[in-house]
Amino acid sequence: MTTAAFEMIETDVVIVGAGPVGLFAVFELGLLDIRAHVIDILPKPGGQCAELYPEKPIYDIPGFPVITGQGLVDNLLKQIEPFQPTFHLGQMVTELEALGTPEQPRFRVVTDAARELHCKAVVIAAGGGSFQPKKPPIAGIEAYEEHSVFYAVRRMEALRGRAVLIVGGGDSALDWTLNLQPVAQRVTLMHRRDEFRAAPHSVEKMRALVAQGAMDLRVGQVTGLKGADGWLSAAICRGPDGTVFEIPCDAMLPFFGLTMKLGPVAGWGLNLHENLIPVDTEKFEASTPGVFAIGDINTYPGKLKLILSGFHEAALAAQKAHRYVYPDRKLTFQYTTSSTKLQRKLGVA
Amino acid sequence: MTKITFVDYEGASRTVDAQDGSTVMENAVRNGVPGIEAECGGACACATCHVYVDEAWTEKVGAPSSMEEDMLDFAYDVRPNSRLSCQIKVRPELDGLVVRTPERQA
Ligand SMILES: Cc1cc2nc3c(=O)[nH]c(=O)nc-3n(C[C@H](O)[C@H](O)[C@H](O)COP(=O)(O)OP(=O)(O)OC[C@H]3O[C@@H](n4cnc5c(N)ncnc54)[C@H](O)[C@@H]3O)c2cc1C
Ligand code: FES
Repeated sequence: MTTAAFEMIETDVVIVGAGPVGLFAVFELGLLDIRAHVIDILPKPGGQCAELYPEKPIYDIPGFPVITGQGLVDNLLKQIEPFQPTFHLGQMVTELEALGTPEQPRFRVVTDAARELHCKAVVIAAGGGSFQPKKPPIAGIEAYEEHSVFYAVRRMEALRGRAVLIVGGGDSALDWTLNLQPVAQRVTLMHRRDEFRAAPHSVEKMRALVAQGAMDLRVGQVTGLKGADGWLSAAICRGPDGTVFEIPCDAMLPFFGLTMKLGPVAGWGLNLHENLIPVDTEKFEASTPGVFAIGDINTYPGKLKLILSGFHEAALAAQKAHRYVYPDRKLTFQYTTSSTKLQRKLGVA
Repeated sequence: MTKITFVDYEGASRTVDAQDGSTVMENAVRNGVPGIEAECGGACACATCHVYVDEAWTEKVGAPSSMEEDMLDFAYDVRPNSRLSCQIKVRPELDGLVVRTPERQA
């Protein structure tokens, strides 16, 4: 692989995390003429609301007696539309480097997709951390993670001609089963039951391939692994009736959903307290001037991990961010109801 | 009060008093019972409150809903008596219930 040329972007503020709080920060910054780029490792915006509970009702969003997780995210996206934020999805922020001075900070933000952003302030809205694939607790699985066990597919070619075992019953498992079936030497899909959460049309396609003899479907769970020198030779499995059997394979892709891990945030030179970023309650600024932490990722006396608290934090952090982005401009307090200036920004006046 | 006994994977057991209407998970958390993480706080969205219902109790406790079945896909070492403890409501008939916690939550 050649090192991809870094794509350089210049903006006012970079928001790390596209959860509900990161999204609302776009709005509060936008009202103050501050342009934002938003980065999230997930392929879609919405953080926990979209990933963990899209269909579940939330009852404590002010002004909404009830709204679903996805409903809230859709509304927030609509609300921030006038400010045209740029999203960089499916990318992890790996580095945050402070340049400049405490009075006039500058930052360099780097993602794992070779994107480099330069900005005047950073808003960390990283929630419970970046979403990362869950690893099934199978003894010795780590030993195979370099050559044979993959939690995501970066390059399909790496699996060409291999005997691939895919484990899981959701969309990721089914999508990769269908994508890899023509590429792999043989694909086996294993799930703990003969029912799938995945989209019905993918399940139908998979069943058709099984009926044609073009792939295998096994019901069971992986309980152990066999192999040598980091290369898998078989998975040891248990069927629903307790019978133990082996599936020969040299690659395994377990899809057991996502979990939140603090991830790279820990290496950005910020003070941390039990994996949270301590902030003041006036500006929600971290130990590095110009870096703000809002939403589930921060901590302060009395902190409540609620969406509504994150919204409030976004509004106050934006006020201070304005000082860094426009050091010479004075901020006057305005209401969206009555200020034509604000309404023009929102595209309604 | 309804009594619930949690047995961990090494066989150590703890019995707690549970209020009817609360969930088995809530009683584990309130009493500091190890082996139950309950990351999502009982929303049936994390599968880290997985338990095995003692065979003598499976019928009384009942089967998981289809939403819970879907979530059980994310648990590890799922067995016919697997349940997510945040989805089991405590009721008087469950007095004496025994559940086992797995070695690890996924
Ligand atoms: C089941 C459930 C029910 C809930 N019910 C309620 C409720 O009723 N009311 C309520 O107020 N709250 C509720 N919450 C809590 C609420 O969802 C959180 O408070 C809220 O999601 C926090 O928003 P956030 O934007 O701070 O972070 P998150 O929603 O956690 O989003 C953070 C985002 O940052 C991304 N990220 C982190 N690090 C990086 C990185 N280095 N690079 C790229 N991306 C990164 C993550 O991938 C994630 O998408 C509930 C939570 C759960 C799980
Ligand atoms: S506590 Fe999360 S599923 Fe039960």
